Amino acid sequence: MKEKLPQEKLIRRYSAAERINHWVVAVCFVLLAISGLAFFYPAFFWLTGVFGTPELARIVHPFVGVVMFVAFARQFFRYWHHNLLNREDVKWMVAVKEVMKGNEVGDIGRYNGGQKAMFWVMVLCMAALLGSGIIAWRPYFAASFPIPVIRIALLVHATSAVVLIASIIVHVYAALWVQGTIRAMVEGVVTHAWAKKHHPRWYRETTGKKA
Amino acid sequence: MTVPSLDIQRRSASPTASPEARNPAEIAQLIDVSVCIGCKACQVACSEWNELRADVGTCVGVYDNPTDLSSQAWTVMRFAEVEENGKLEWLIRKDGCMHCADPGCLKACPSPGAIVQHKNGIVDYNQENCIGCGYCVSGCPFNVPRLSPTDGKAYKCNMCSDRVAVGLEPACVKTCPTGAIQFGSKEDMKEVAATRIADLQSRGYTNAGLYDPPGVGGTHTMYVLHHADKPEQYSGLPNDPSISMAVGLWKGALKPFATVGLAAAGLFGFFHYITVGPNRADDESHEDAREEDRS
Repeated sequence: MKEKLPQEKLIRRYSAAERINHWVVAVCFVLLAISGLAFFYPAFFWLTGVFGTPELARIVHPFVGVVMFVAFARQFFRYWHHNLLNREDVKWMVAVKEVMKGNEVGDIGRYNGGQKAMFWVMVLCMAALLGSGIIAWRPYFAASFPIPVIRIALLVHATSAVVLIASIIVHVYAALWVQGTIRAMVEGVVTHAWAKKHHPRWYRETTGKKA
Repeated sequence: MTVPSLDIQRRSASPTASPEARNPAEIAQLIDVSVCIGCKACQVACSEWNELRADVGTCVGVYDNPTDLSSQAWTVMRFAEVEENGKLEWLIRKDGCMHCADPGCLKACPSPGAIVQHKNGIVDYNQENCIGCGYCVSGCPFNVPRLSPTDGKAYKCNMCSDRVAVGLEPACVKTCPTGAIQFGSKEDMKEVAATRIADLQSRGYTNAGLYDPPGVGGTHTMYVLHHADKPEQYSGLPNDPSISMAVGLWKGALKPFATVGLAAAGLFGFFHYITVGPNRADDESHEDAREEDRS
């Protein structure tokens, strides 16, 4: 690996507040996914140990869920306007096969089509998880709902959780694959080269360069 | 609490086989509503044997007291006044766990061994394994399990599995003064029911029949009903109950889909990385970026 270039040019992508916000959601998500998978798959029931005992996992899981939702809601209001689809994103999505080979497609702004699609999938899943989670939450709320509604809520909760977990696997993989991305959410910065390659329009907008 | 451990038919959230070496006969409790006088001795016997004390209720205008099942009331008498063809009928039903052959509560339960089905047909809860999620409440087609407000765990009639294990009949059966509740092998109980139904039919109850709903694989609490064509009349006994489709999908089809989907996401990432390799903004572009800075 090449030593860090001293002349490396950096662009700030995420502020400290944004990073803290992201990692609060991420930590909550990991705890929820582990305990949730334990409730979903009998063979993974031992994962309830993440919260000490199975019963504690059942008690704590929904509270962590509320924290995740609130933190994610903050992210939603930070980023929704960056995630409206435009023509370049459609181009990106159509040519996703080319993207997977590592080639850039389209004049991408702050986020590409895949990131935007991921954002909206997360929004939908979070909303579905909160709604269904409250309906199924014992002993506080479930008793106020008819049993057939709770049954649907349990199905919706498990389904949207599976979709969200699969999406987060893709989200994490994309961050690992596109090198230099993790740094954006850890140190808050990306290199000019990174920005120019992956988000050319955003690069021009933030640096005022033509390139 | 379960006593026998060697004769388990099914165990909640347990993908491998249960200890099932012993082969006891299937038992059943037969409740003949046409013989029941609504004395509630069964409620008292249940409370006494299981050492349960429901809060003293208030009169709500009917005889129902307690008005619903609870963690402290595993069986309750339900009194329905039904008017048909200008005739009033007082339909009294002892409500409690039906001990389904295909128990929705057990299917829904996420905690290994919190719910077991004995080979004799009794569906029993192990409260020490219960995590209080209430999935059994949602899984049950008969709305029977109840969470305790004090310890958060699920409770319901266990057909006195401790008594049955040592060759006794359930407490409610023992105490019933009219013989409205009988207990024995499921085969025998069906025979008893057949003679009772024939008798009722000969006395003008042409729709008399046995309530042993096939939608849940049959039950180990069965009713002789004088109006078997309208079980709903008996305080909402469901006509053709079965495990809800939502619960079936949640505990059935969703699992293989989820497994394939999650595994695909993970494996795709791994193989993509070792074939295509990382996506780097290479040094050349670093150079370019610096070039531009200078210009």
